[in-house]
Amino acid sequence: MGAKEEILSRISSALRDAPVPAPVPREYRKTSDMEESALIELLVDRLEDYKAHVNVVDAAELSATIAERLKDATSYVVPHGIAGEWLTNAALANDARRRVDAPGAVLGIPELDGTDAVLTSSAVSIAESGTIVLDGTGDQGRRAISLVPDHHVCVVPVSTIVQLLPEALPRMDITRPLTWISGPSATSDIELERVEGVHGPRQLDVIIVKGL
Amino acid sequence: MSGVFMGMPSLPVFGDGNLHIDEPFPAAAHRELGNTQMRANLRHATHTIRDKRIKVVGELPDWEELRDAGAATKNQVMANLPALLEEFEKNFTARGGIIHWARDADEANRIVSDLIKEQDTTEVVKVKSMATQEIGLNEYLEEQGISAFETDLAELIVQLGHDKPSHILVPAIHKNRTEVRDIFLAEMPNVDPNLTDEPRLLAMAAREHLRRKFLSAKVAVSGANFALADSGTLAVVESEGNGRMCLTLPETLITVMGIEKLLPAKEDLEVFMQLLPRSSTGERMNPYTSLWTGVTEGDGPQNVHLVMLDNGRTAALADKYGRTALNCIRCSACMNVCPVYERTGGHAYGSTYPGPIGAILSPLLTGIKSEENSSLPYASSLCGACFDACPVKINIPEILVHLRGEDVDSRRGEKKLPSQMDLMMKGAQWAFSSGKNLGLLEKGLPLGKLAAGQDKKIKRLPGIAAGWTQSRDIPAPPSQSFRDWWKKEHQSEATTMKQEK
Repeated sequence: MGAKEEILSRISSALRDAPVPAPVPREYRKTSDMEESALIELLVDRLEDYKAHVNVVDAAELSATIAERLKDATSYVVPHGIAGEWLTNAALANDARRRVDAPGAVLGIPELDGTDAVLTSSAVSIAESGTIVLDGTGDQGRRAISLVPDHHVCVVPVSTIVQLLPEALPRMDITRPLTWISGPSATSDIELERVEGVHGPRQLDVIIVKGL
Repeated sequence: MSGVFMGMPSLPVFGDGNLHIDEPFPAAAHRELGNTQMRANLRHATHTIRDKRIKVVGELPDWEELRDAGAATKNQVMANLPALLEEFEKNFTARGGIIHWARDADEANRIVSDLIKEQDTTEVVKVKSMATQEIGLNEYLEEQGISAFETDLAELIVQLGHDKPSHILVPAIHKNRTEVRDIFLAEMPNVDPNLTDEPRLLAMAAREHLRRKFLSAKVAVSGANFALADSGTLAVVESEGNGRMCLTLPETLITVMGIEKLLPAKEDLEVFMQLLPRSSTGERMNPYTSLWTGVTEGDGPQNVHLVMLDNGRTAALADKYGRTALNCIRCSACMNVCPVYERTGGHAYGSTYPGPIGAILSPLLTGIKSEENSSLPYASSLCGACFDACPVKINIPEILVHLRGEDVDSRRGEKKLPSQMDLMMKGAQWAFSSGKNLGLLEKGLPLGKLAAGQDKKIKRLPGIAAGWTQSRDIPAPPSQSFRDWWKKEHQSEATTMKQEK
C-alpha cells in the first residue's frame, strides 16, 4: 500500500466513531458601513502604527507625490502595468533611474538587488488591520520586485479600501500569488523589541489616492 | 482513490522524530529552574506578548464569535479529513504542484532529501517550520551532506548557538540580547567584531549574513500555516520577509505540512487570519503573508512540492477525547500565559512542542507509553489559563486530565504486586477509619523532625512520595499533633473550670 492510501486508511480508522461536528457559526462581523473619510483615517492610523510613511492625496497630486517619495532613490523598478499618468511628473518623465519589469523582460535577481526602490499599485486594503494586498497583476508585478529593493512605494486607490478582512477576501483571486503586507519587514525576536527591517523592504511608503 | 475505510490498520500508528522526550519533565524542569537568567528573560518576553495580545484582542468586538467559528471549522476539518485532503490534492496538482505523502518522520526526511539532491545542490534556505523541526530534517540533511540554513532570526540564533528552540513562535525567547551578541560574535562568519548588543544592529548583522544565501539559493524548504482545500492554496505567515525570500526567489520550493493544517475554503481565512496574528504576536496582522497555489508561470518557484505528513497525527485523531489538540494553529498563546512554562521554559518539555499544547500534543502523537512522554500531562497546574487564551478553544486542561487517566490505566496492567500507591491508600483507609487509629499514627509525628535537617525542612521523601519533594521542600511536622494540643489545652481548661466551681 502506498503512503497516501495508508494515511487515508489510518484516518478512516481513526474516525470510526463518525463524529458529527456542529455547523460553523458565522456570527462575527462580515460587513461594515464605515464612511470613506473614516475608512481612510483608520487605515492611516494602522499604517503609521506599523511605522509606514503615509500620504493621502487627490488623483491629480499622485504623480508629484510619487516623484517626491522616490527622490532619494538612485534607481527604481516599476511593473509593466503601471498607469502612464502616474509617471508624468517632470522628475519622472524619461527618468533614467527607472527600470521596467515585464513578462519576457524580467530583471535578474542581482539587478533587483542593485535597485533602491520599487513602485507598485495594490489590489485591496483592509483598514482595521492596516493590511495591503498585492496580487501580482500588471500594476503590482511579480512578487520579487516588491521584495528585494529596500524601499517600497505602494499606491492604494481609495476604492480598494474596506474595513474588515471578511470584506476583502471576496475581492481577492485566491489562485493568484498573493502577498499581504502589514507594515515594513520587522522582527521582534530579540527580547521582543520590535526592529523594523530585516529581509524585506525596510521602508514602506503608502500613497492613498482619493478619487481613484 | 476514495477515502473509504479499507479495513487495514486498526491500531494507531504513532509518530517519531523529535517528539519524544528522553528525560521526565520533573527532572528537566528541576534543572531548568536553576537558570535564573533564562527565567528573567522568559518572564519579560511572555508578559510583553501577553499584554499586547490582550490589547489587540480587546479591539475586536467579535473575538468570541471568531473563536467559535475557528473551533467549529477545525472540528469540521477533522471529521471530513479524507475528503478535504483529496480535494486539496486535486486542486494543488491541477495547478502544477506535486504532492508527496509521508507516513512518518523518516519517510518525510527521505523525500525532502531526494528532492534536494535532484536539484544538484548541497545548500538550502529554510523558513521557520514546526513540522521540519518535528521530523528532525536539519539533522537528517546534515548526514546527507546538505546544509540547511535557518533564516528566521530566532531560528538562526538557535542554530548558530547549537541550541534547541524553546518556544514555537520566538524560539530564542530564552536568550537575551547580550547572549545573542555573544553567539553572533562566536559563530557568524565575517561579523563586525565591534558588534554591540543593540537589537537593531543584531538584526542587521543577520540580514548581512543571509542576504547572499537568499539571492543565490536554488532550493528552499518551508512549512505552511494553512492549506485551502477548495483552491489548493498554501499560506505562510511571517514578519521578517525571510519567508517571502524563500518562497519566491529559488527555483524549487519544498513545503512540509501536517495533514491537519487544512481549511475547507478561502472564506475560512477570514476567521483564521484574524485569530492567528492577534493570538501569537499580539499584532493586528503580521507584516507578511504569502499565498501560492501550485506554480505561477513567471512568478516564483517553478518546481513546487508539498510533503503531507502524518507522523502520529492519525493516532491523535483516533483519540476521540484528545483529537481536538490537532485543531492547534501553533499561535503559542497558551505558553505565554502558562505559569508552568514561564518558570521552566520550553526546554523542560523535551519535545518539539513545548508548553500546555505540547503537554497534550506530544503524548498524543507518540502514544502515552512512549519513553518519558507520560510525564508531560502532569506538567500543569490545571489553572485553565491556556484554555482561555486558545483562539480555537482547545480544552487543554480537560485533555491533560484525560491523558493522566490514560497514563494510569496503561500502568495498571503492567503490575502484579500492589504498588506503593495502593499500599499508601490502604494505610490511609486504616488511619482515617477511626479516631483511635489516627491518634495512634500521630504519635509518630515527632519522628518527622528527625527526617528534617537543621533548617527544619524535609528535602527528600522516600518512595512514591519522592515526587512531592522533587521541586519543593516540606516543613518539618510539629512536635505535637493538633489532637494532643487540644487535649492538653482543654484538660487545663477543665481543671480551671472545676476549681472555679
